[in-house]
This record gives sequence, C-alpha cells and structure tokens, in this order.
Amino acid sequence: MGKDAIRDKVAIVGMGCCKFGENWDKAPEDMIVEAAFEAYEDAGIENPQEQIEAVFCGSVYPSKGTAEVADALKLFGRPVSMVQNYCATGTDAFRYGVFSIACGMYDTVMVVGFDKPKDRGVSGPNVQTAGVRGLPMTPAGWFALCAARYFETYGATREDLARIAVKNHHNGTLAPKSMLKKEITVEDVLKAPIISWPFGLYDCCAQSDGAAVAILTRRDLAKSFRDDYVLVRAVSIALAPNPQSDPTFDFLRWKPTVYAARQAYEQAGIANPFREIHVAQVHDCFTLTELLTYEDLGFCEKGAAKEHIASGTFTLEGELPVNTDGGLKSFGHPTGATGVRMIYENYKQLQGKAGPRQVKNATVALSHNIGGAPQACGMTILTMP
Amino acid sequence: MVGIRSFGAYIPMFRLPLGVVSGGSRKAAAAGGAGEKAVANFDEDAVTMAVAAGRDCLEGIDREKVDALVFASTTYPYKEKQGAAVVAKALDLRRDVRTADFGGSIRAGTTAFRFALDSVLAGTAENVLVVAADCRMAAPRSALERNFGDAAAALLVAREGVVAEVVDVHSHADEIIDVWRTDHDTFVRSWEERFVVQHGYRDNVVEAVQRILAKTKLGPKDFDRVVLYAPDARSHAGVARSLGFDSAAQVVDPLFGRVGNAGAAFAPLLLALALESALPGANILWVNYGDGADAFVLRVTDAIGGARGRRAVSWHLERRAELADYDKYLRFRHLQPSEFDPRGGVGVSATVHYRDRNEDISFHGHRCRRCGTLQFPFQRVCYTCYARDEFDEVRLSDLKGRVMSYTFDFFAGSPDPPLIVTTVETEGGCRIYLQMTDANPKEVRLDLPVEFTFRKIHEYGGTPNYFWKCTPVR
Repeated sequence: MGKDAIRDKVAIVGMGCCKFGENWDKAPEDMIVEAAFEAYEDAGIENPQEQIEAVFCGSVYPSKGTAEVADALKLFGRPVSMVQNYCATGTDAFRYGVFSIACGMYDTVMVVGFDKPKDRGVSGPNVQTAGVRGLPMTPAGWFALCAARYFETYGATREDLARIAVKNHHNGTLAPKSMLKKEITVEDVLKAPIISWPFGLYDCCAQSDGAAVAILTRRDLAKSFRDDYVLVRAVSIALAPNPQSDPTFDFLRWKPTVYAARQAYEQAGIANPFREIHVAQVHDCFTLTELLTYEDLGFCEKGAAKEHIASGTFTLEGELPVNTDGGLKSFGHPTGATGVRMIYENYKQLQGKAGPRQVKNATVALSHNIGGAPQACGMTILTMP
Repeated sequence: MVGIRSFGAYIPMFRLPLGVVSGGSRKAAAAGGAGEKAVANFDEDAVTMAVAAGRDCLEGIDREKVDALVFASTTYPYKEKQGAAVVAKALDLRRDVRTADFGGSIRAGTTAFRFALDSVLAGTAENVLVVAADCRMAAPRSALERNFGDAAAALLVAREGVVAEVVDVHSHADEIIDVWRTDHDTFVRSWEERFVVQHGYRDNVVEAVQRILAKTKLGPKDFDRVVLYAPDARSHAGVARSLGFDSAAQVVDPLFGRVGNAGAAFAPLLLALALESALPGANILWVNYGDGADAFVLRVTDAIGGARGRRAVSWHLERRAELADYDKYLRFRHLQPSEFDPRGGVGVSATVHYRDRNEDISFHGHRCRRCGTLQFPFQRVCYTCYARDEFDEVRLSDLKGRVMSYTFDFFAGSPDPPLIVTTVETEGGCRIYLQMTDANPKEVRLDLPVEFTFRKIHEYGGTPNYFWKCTPVR
C-alpha cells in the first residue's frame, strides 16, 4: 500500500456547513448553496466556475443524484460524481477528492456531503421490503446487538452510555449550527422511552437534514488561499463482514473501525492514538457506538471505556475531547453530510476557531464514521502544517 | 398393514381466557366462566402451525422418504396458490413430493387422511404426510368466538412401521347449510344452532358410527378409545351418550375450554391425543363431521412405543401463556385498526423470494466443503477460507442454538412490541440474525438455548411472508 501517497499532500482551504436540523423550509438546493457559498468565502474563492475543477458528492437519500449539486451551484462542464458508502458516505466523498488532487489530476476540487431525510415523512430509515429477511429491523436494533454481551463482559451499564449523551448534548449547545441545543441529565436519558434496549430516545442521534462542503487544493497552492490551511494526513475506508452473520464476531468490538483505524494510523504514522490525537469526532449514531469506538480506535484498552467516561477523559476539558460540536447526537445526522461535517469541526478546531468549544493546542484531529449493520467505516486524520 | 406410522401436533402457546372474550371487564370475565381457548400468535397462521405439527410428526423419520404431503385447512391464507407446497418446502421434503390441499370443510382433515390411505393402499406412495391446521375466526364477542380454537395436527400414513392400523373406513357426504364462510366473509357464519346440531352433526355422526359398527361387527363396548369430533362440548357429550359410549372410560377429552374447536385440525388433534397414551391392541373409533361424516376403526400395534416421546398434544397443553388482553388479540387478527399496518408497504419481491426460498423457507445454510464453516445466508465466497462456490446446503431448522446477543426493539413496528431481535449461533457455529417469538423479554439472556420455528415474518404487499424465528427451548 502506498501509505505515503496522500500524506500531507492535500490541503483544506475552505469549508462550509449549513444549519443542521429539521429543515422543513429548505430544499437540498438551499442547504447545498448555503454550505458551498460559506466554503467559497472561507477559501476566498471568487470565481468557482473557474477555480473548482471537479466535484465529489456524497449522499444516501438523493432525489436527483449528482444533478442536485451541479444544478444548485451551476457547476457544469466538469466531473461531478456521487459516492455512497453507508454512514461513511461523506468521508468517502472527501477521500475521492483527496485522491484526485494527490494523483495530480486537479489542483482544486470541492466535496459536498448532503442529505434531506426529513423530506421522506418518516423518522428513521425506510423499512426494506425487497427480501423477507430484511424485515423488520431498525438501525437502533443493529447497533444495540453489541450491548448485551459488552455489558455482561465488562460491567458497563446504561448509566455509562447516558454520560456520553449528556456530554454530547452539552457540546451541542456550544455549536451554533447544531440541531439540538438542550442540556440533559443522566436521569433524563435513563427515563426516556426505550427505542431498542439499551437505547432510550436520548441514546439515539438526531436524524436531520444538512449539507457540508470542503474545498481541497494542492499543498503548494494552499498558501495562495489562506495561511491557516489544514493538511490531510490520512484517509481510510474499510468494510467488514455483517456482524449478524460473521461466524467469528465477538460482539465486543466493531471490526470496520478496527480495520479502518489500522489503515489510517499506518498512513499517519500514529503509534499511540491517545497521546498523538488531540481532538476527535467519532460516529455516535447511538451512545454505545461512541463507547465502543473509544476502544476500537485505541483511545483506551478494551473494557476500559467506562472508567474514562466516568473520569471525563473525553469531555471538552478532558485529555482527548471527543465530539466537540455535539456529534451526531445533537449536531444531527444527515447521513451523507456527516463525514464532511466532522471534518468541518476538526478544521475549525485546528485553526483555533471553535469558539467556546475550542480544544487547546490541538494540531492533530481525527474523524470517524461507521455505518451499515455496521459494516463500513471511514476515517480521516487532519493536521496543521 | 396400512395405517398411521407417526403423529404430531401443535397448539399455539397463547390461551385466551373465555372470560376475556365475553366482556373484557372483570365482572363480565367472571360471568364468562372458566376455560380458555388456544389462539395463534400474531406471527402464526394455518401454514406455520401445519409446519410445526409436521415437524413434530417427522421427528426421527427420514424426510426423504415422504412421497406426498396433503394439507387440510379451511383457513389457508391464499385463495389461489397451494398451501401444501409451502408446507412441504418448509418441512424440506423432496422436490418430487406430491402435494395437494384439502379445504372447504372442517371434515378436510379426515378427507385428506382417506386420500393418503388410498394412495398407500394403491401402492403409489409409501409415506404420505397429512397435516391439518386451522385458524378460524368468528365475529368478535360472538358465541362461536368462544368456541373456536387454533391448532394443528399431523399424521404420517404408511405401510411400514405402523403404530395404528386402519381396520375399516366409512364415509358419506351430505348437503346441508349449517356452518359456512364465503369468499367475502371474514368470519364463519352459522344457521340456527339447534338445527345445525340435530340435522347436521348428530344425524350424520350417528349414521356413520352405526354403519362402521355394522361393517366391522363391533359394538360400542369393543373400543378402548372413542375420538369424536363435535361442534361443542354439549353436543359431544350428547352424541357419545346416545351411541352408548362411556364418557369417562372410553371417550377422549375434546379439549373444549382448553383448546377449542380447531376446525379441520380438530379430529386429527384428538386422535393424536388418543395415540399418545394408547396401548398395543387397543381399538380406536375415530369419527369426524363436516358436509357428511368419516368414521375409522383403528387398532394400535406393538410399535406404538416407538412413536412416543414426541411433543404431540400433552406437551403443547402444558406449554401455555395467558393472553388476557382482548385488544391485543384483536390486533393479532387485524380486527382493530392500528398505526402499524403489517399488511401495508411494497412487500417482498417475488424474484427475491424465488432466489432465497431454500434459505427463507427450507432454512438451509451453507457448509464450506473446504474448511467446514457453516454460514447463513448463502455465500458465494466462504467467510473463512474464501473458497468460491464450494458449499453444501445444510438444513438449519433441526439444529439447536444459543443467543449470542439480543435487543428489544420498540421502534420496529410490531403488533406485540417489543420485537426481540437476536443473533443466534447454531450448533456448528452458524450465525443467524433472527427475531425471537413466543418469549417474554424477561427470560431473554445471553447464551439462552433456542430452537427454530417457522413463522409469518410480515404481510407487506398483501402476502404472508414466511421466515424462521427462534424461540426458547422449553
């Protein structure tokens, strides 16, 4: 593997993100335009028609596909492609953008992650009806399947999960574009209606609409856009067997994260993630997802997450702040946008522009998405030059 | 010698207290009196119950040896499309098994039995499986609703290894409008009760019994067991008495107040109950009614001991859970509107069903010929050794399993939330993502031993869609 093929060769020079939430009064076009024009302004791009050479889109529920983006931004006469990779869709679109520059094909490209699930009239994903085995089940049910065995093996409880939700709700109140801005207590989490045991309502992330945009360029051109550009150190994607049928699955970890982390750490040359990463945005579609991710990413030993949760390791004041903008939990989860939204937060953190949620002296930031049953994981590691 | 080689039964776990049917309030419940009826769970119907009874009957018997399967029911979920075909597929019988449905009358169970008998007598089949199941509905809170129960039974008719030989048979047909249901009726309808019992049930049964006694030169005292269909407990007692049978000593309990009138499955179910405890040499009189009558004289053989140990009726009578919630029962039967309509939606793709039917209906998994890994669903490339297309199909339904992990999903949409979702590991290490049924969330735990049961997974697209679920081993 050409593990040095992209390392620090591509810079993020502009980013934008629309307000996430139940955007009943906005079309996908509105959100894409809002995020893209913020990114243009951030990068100092005055003529996107000349400067944006290619567009990589990520969306899980697009109504029109790539035309949704090309039409909205009037970006014609150049490649516009769509990527779909479960909840890692946004990260994967970003990965294609990085590759296209690292290989020398383009100088400046744009990555657009967006989704508008709230236009479908349902809370949560549609029920699949193609095959009898696809039904009935919910993502909460898939992700909950690790809980019983993890709880019994390591003595974790719903209270441990609840503290993750409380943390992310708090962080969400500090992020201007987040969906939910309400502090909650552990008791609120425990008393909420059960969605899929052990997940109550507050253990589940907020499904929302949203769009986020990144503008990438060659490292040597980055200075012409801005001084405080951010470098892409690593991008990884990995698939793993469906945990529901994998004959070797132990229900204590998620293989996609383990695989994607191995790739990303190798690319970035990271040996001790807990010490070398300063801020992280991880996939907290459900509270247990974040808990397992602490361990799967090597932030702590397997089984040790609950001690770290109790001692505040992953809070804004802790040693390794996680989900500083509220995460999927309270910032919202428009599937295709999420990976790009996480990069947006890390970009702001590395630039020191994260306001009241700013992590001190952060120069290495990680983002992580996991999706499917779960089967797919995508990660990025960003640094300052 | 031609007769019954094996028998099996199925009674759903849920019992609806008759008091709940009568009123719902505590006072009305008391007025409804004691007793209960067996009711199918929301994921059960005549097909799933027939499969369960058929599996019980085929316990220890090579399924490759079954030449034909006949299915008797008045409540097969499809009006057009064969019931026996799906039952045969779920039982994983041979591809060239002969199948037929017998319906239209609650006598269908014994009509099918006679067809099986004639096939074996004629020598065109060695082993014919007769399955009978019914899930009849009467109008809510009607007298018939208190009377009906859901159940299934199965009888394997054969020439070899017979546990009860068929000594003689009498059948006759009769045209009468007594109990009926048209294509447009949801509920069974009935003419005036006294007419139905007198000129329908009593006249036909008495005639059939008299004729077979004359043919066999046996008297009422010559029978160790009398298995008698009856529309209700009072008619049953009356006819048994008038024919000269001793209710206490000879007549098999018709299970009113415990199971209820199980329609086409009723007479076969009672025969299975009689066979459970029959001794070698015993004479059994078996009589069924419906648009005429069938009567059989059976003699129990020395082989009867070999057919014991299956679940049959007694095991199922013991396995019971009360469904003391009439509203829930109405939801199970789609008689009460609810936000969750399991019959809405697009439904299963017929082509996907066609491709997946060995997995979904016969519940086959793949065993890798190279490394032995057992996997579900079918794979083209082995999970473990990556061999391509080197698999043998293995029937998983016979295997026991244990719960690897679970969750209780309140969001998935179910008439009886929460949906218990599990990943189960079978003997041999196969992982299967399944719902659990006939279980209380309180009893679910890691490593809980489970077995598999054929159920209706949903009814999207207006068709019953079947798959397997797990259920705690009891």
